[in-house]
Amino acid sequence: MTRRTHPALSAWAWLVYGFLYLPILVLIIFSFNDSKFGATWAGFTTKWYGVLLAREDVREAVTNTLLVALSSTLISTVLGTLVGLGLWRYSSRFRLPLTFLLVTPIVIPDVVMGVSLLMFYSLVRGGLELTGWTFENGFWTVMFAHVTFQISYVALTVRSRLAGYDRSLEEAARDLGASSVQSFLRVILPLALPGVLAGALLAFTLSLDDFVVTYFTSGSGFRTLPVLIYTSVKKGVTPDINALSTLLVLFTVIAIIAANAIMRPRAGRGGEA
Amino acid sequence: MLTLRRFFATLGPGVLWLAVFLIVPVAIMFGYSLLTRTDLAQVGGPLTLESWGRVFGYDALFREWVPDNLRVLGRSVLIAGFSTLLCVLMGYPLAFYIARQPARRKSFLLLLLIIPFWTNFLIRVYAWILILRPFDLVPSLTATFLGMVYAFLPFFVLPVYSSVEKVDWRLLEAAQDLGAPPAKAFMAAVFPQTLPGLIAGILLTFIPALGTFVVSDILGGAKTALIGNLVQNQFGQAGDWPYGSALSFLLMGAVLVGLWLYARAAGQKGLEELI
Repeated sequence: MTRRTHPALSAWAWLVYGFLYLPILVLIIFSFNDSKFGATWAGFTTKWYGVLLAREDVREAVTNTLLVALSSTLISTVLGTLVGLGLWRYSSRFRLPLTFLLVTPIVIPDVVMGVSLLMFYSLVRGGLELTGWTFENGFWTVMFAHVTFQISYVALTVRSRLAGYDRSLEEAARDLGASSVQSFLRVILPLALPGVLAGALLAFTLSLDDFVVTYFTSGSGFRTLPVLIYTSVKKGVTPDINALSTLLVLFTVIAIIAANAIMRPRAGRGGEA
Repeated sequence: MLTLRRFFATLGPGVLWLAVFLIVPVAIMFGYSLLTRTDLAQVGGPLTLESWGRVFGYDALFREWVPDNLRVLGRSVLIAGFSTLLCVLMGYPLAFYIARQPARRKSFLLLLLIIPFWTNFLIRVYAWILILRPFDLVPSLTATFLGMVYAFLPFFVLPVYSSVEKVDWRLLEAAQDLGAPPAKAFMAAVFPQTLPGLIAGILLTFIPALGTFVVSDILGGAKTALIGNLVQNQFGQAGDWPYGSALSFLLMGAVLVGLWLYARAAGQKGLEELI
């Protein structure tokens, strides 16, 4: 239902939108600023994009970020979907502890998750060294850490997608002679699919965005984009970081619009997420 | 029925993963909090409550009480609380504005809200350096607040919006028909309906704001060090893992108190609906 909105409310809303977009706008403008220190406008240039693309460490960080996001999303989508199905299908007295276990990674502060994994990996390394093995913190430690915070989001998205369906759907499939694997693949999975996709998308974005957990679990030799940005910002503002940020904002906008276009026709049945 | 075989086929792998990579690390962290720093990032015995004592403000021998840490925790709660309040002031009316637009415009406005939300967190914080530097405001407390509100505002608006979306406006009309002045009618007929979203939004803003170290690290400088910065420092320069572990438990405790207050306000189902 549409109702008239008070002019003051509209004005306030547009002020807040201005607040939300001012930093992004400034970022984009400064990425084209022909000044090394960037506080004042010194003319239009695209040279920072050239500087950025020539940086070996930036290209490496992009590869690392994508590799971590893709592999962790793959693992967490499989594990999380199974957990979501299990939560939907079986009612048990473990429901409350399970919900608690799934909510914990969501509400635990990033920094706590990061440092506890840092100590966990250090202890595991200490144990392995006794047997002559060792490992460096890097791709694997970061990727496993990401799976840990992604699983819950996937599981809860899948569960809320299935929440409207009756469990007897599966029994019906079994009565008609489907094996449990068949009924899973032909009946349950297609129903859950929009939830699985939404969960995977969420997991992927969370991985791309994560700085804190990566920072504590990555060691010195392995950097993702957020870690690279943090290290650069700590050293001081450089215009090529503005260019990098602008590209990432552009990427975000395109991804969101694409996701919207893909998800909309399927979201007909009131699936949230 | 959940048999052992079914458990291993569905819930098992995920639960096992969380046990290994979440529960075990937190248990290890508890163990570390009872040890002593022997060297940079090195720990050793014997078991002691020293780090816990320090968290609550005592010196190594439990003789003197200097509540510096509690002051940092208090400052964290205040800064996170004030940032949350700013989010409420900015975001609560915005949610109403969006919810009362025609459908097409609504989805466009939501899209405009989601774009900054999905933009990389560090970039969102970093952008404020560019804006505030000419005014000589980096680092400062003002910068910290602006960064916090900017970083967490979308977390607040989205749950509030989904509550406002479900509001039954007939109640407002009924209240007005019965002669209530606009403000009173709103408080009696609409506000209670938005309460679940409002509380969820407050929590989703307050918890990350309480735990963050990035915003204050980049925009705030040493004077606005929060509990998260204190933790980060123990695992960085200070290399004092036992103390950092005990501080982490303090931070988790603060979050749990927040969640407990939420569960009391929103009821049993609230926790599941929060996500």
